[in-house]
Amino acid sequence: MTDLPEKRVCITGAAQSQVGRPSQRSALQLTADACLAAIADAGLRVENIDGIATYPGKSSEGGGIAPVSPSEAAAVLGIEPRWILASAEGFSHMAPIFNAVTAIACGLARHVVVFRSVAQAQARARSRASTLMAGPRERVDGNNAWTVPYNALSPINTFALYAQAYFARYGATEAQLGAIAVNSRANAAHNANAVYRNALTLDDYLASRVISSPLRLLDCDSHIDGSTAIVLSHRDAAADLRNPPIRIDAMGMATGGLWVGRHEGDFTQMPGAIRAARMLWNRTELTPAQMDCAQIYDGFSIHVWMWMEALGLVSPGEACRFVEGGARIAIGGQLPLNTGGGQLSAGRFHGYGHIHEACVQLWERGGGRQVRGARTCLVSNGGYGYGTMVLRRD
Amino acid sequence: MVSPPARKLPRLEPDTAFYWTCGADDVLRIQRCGDCGTWQHPPLPLCAQCRSEAVAPETVSGKGRLASYTVNHEPWLPGLAVPFVFGVVELAEQPELYVFCNVLAAIGHVAVGMALTVEFERHEDVWLPMFREERA
Ligand SMILES: [Zn+2]
Repeated sequence: MTDLPEKRVCITGAAQSQVGRPSQRSALQLTADACLAAIADAGLRVENIDGIATYPGKSSEGGGIAPVSPSEAAAVLGIEPRWILASAEGFSHMAPIFNAVTAIACGLARHVVVFRSVAQAQARARSRASTLMAGPRERVDGNNAWTVPYNALSPINTFALYAQAYFARYGATEAQLGAIAVNSRANAAHNANAVYRNALTLDDYLASRVISSPLRLLDCDSHIDGSTAIVLSHRDAAADLRNPPIRIDAMGMATGGLWVGRHEGDFTQMPGAIRAARMLWNRTELTPAQMDCAQIYDGFSIHVWMWMEALGLVSPGEACRFVEGGARIAIGGQLPLNTGGGQLSAGRFHGYGHIHEACVQLWERGGGRQVRGARTCLVSNGGYGYGTMVLRRD
Repeated sequence: MVSPPARKLPRLEPDTAFYWTCGADDVLRIQRCGDCGTWQHPPLPLCAQCRSEAVAPETVSGKGRLASYTVNHEPWLPGLAVPFVFGVVELAEQPELYVFCNVLAAIGHVAVGMALTVEFERHEDVWLPMFREERA
């Protein structure tokens, strides 16, 4: 297993721009903020960076979901990359990380900065409809053509189908699902860069309006403007840097299901996530029970249950009972979950908030939300494509 | 007073036009492989099971069960009539053969597993397959 490419690569720096809703800074400025801070955090200079990658690249469509290309980021940062990548397809937001791992392991690059920038709050401030799935043209095509004509105009409508199927099959309750939002908010209180930090009780959750049953407003993540960057380095180049290297102990990835418009299973699980998890655990000696904390994708709260079950943290149908009441998933609990507030409370940094928070925990920068002695962290990203990593500090 | 927004209709593409227009004949059609018999939706230029190119639309019963649903309460666009039911139907012809729809039923009456039958709603050159409760 020591030959696997991820065993040769470490995270050596991580940083986030200031979150905005909306931000007064452009997406490119926010990207530069995050990348420069991550490079400095690693103890590197811009001249040391020889690779740059992002998800998904740049597109004029999609309401601020794809505002910055790696080329323009490299230009503004003064990076002269030997290796560059924009990865719009594939394993969700983690695809550029997986690709950077292989580039570093192959010797194409030594220090790669990977960023994810979003400008969805600015887009929504211009037009509230900008983030809907209908698209700008008169008629809808591609995968959205199967749902948009039925006025399923938001991803919540699709994921609500999963939530309802899960509720129906396992007898889950709204209060059990609410435990996810309440836990995230409690953790966000200790995260100065979280977009929502005011206290939230289960009663508040149950009183919030239903958007698409059984999902409520507080089951949804929030549009923000912001950027996250991490620096990936070859392990031989990581030892002398500023931070203790965070090893990528294993990575797992899969596509399928929603991404290609083809639904598998009975809507109570994400089969692609199960495949990604199987790959992950086949590449490490560690087991789910050895994870000190977990940063689990929460575009909608229901993703957390499906990912927890896919990753083998709990058995199928057990996530709802595991999170109930919140004690097991709180800081200090059996499995501290989304310790920075996740996307529900920290904002839609689109997967990279979870990766950043894993670094915060493993570098013991969590302050009031620090998991004592955290040495392992499980991270997952995605609802349409699926990526997951086990991160570890020796 | 805002008038309700028109439904955003699907663009009729070579592989998909048959699905959106089969309501003109008042039957539902789904792509099926002539070699291995597998039904597939959304349609593709070849069979994802056996790679045969002998795929063609074939009439189905129009019956199925509600695999899951959601009651949408959010008026995403000004004037959008809410609440409405968005659902996914598992067609009777094959396990996990799914189509999306609006469920035309009283909201309190909608439940996972309910038996449904197709009904078409015409907009311009598109017949949107909808589903309502099957009467015994
Ligand atoms: Zn076939």
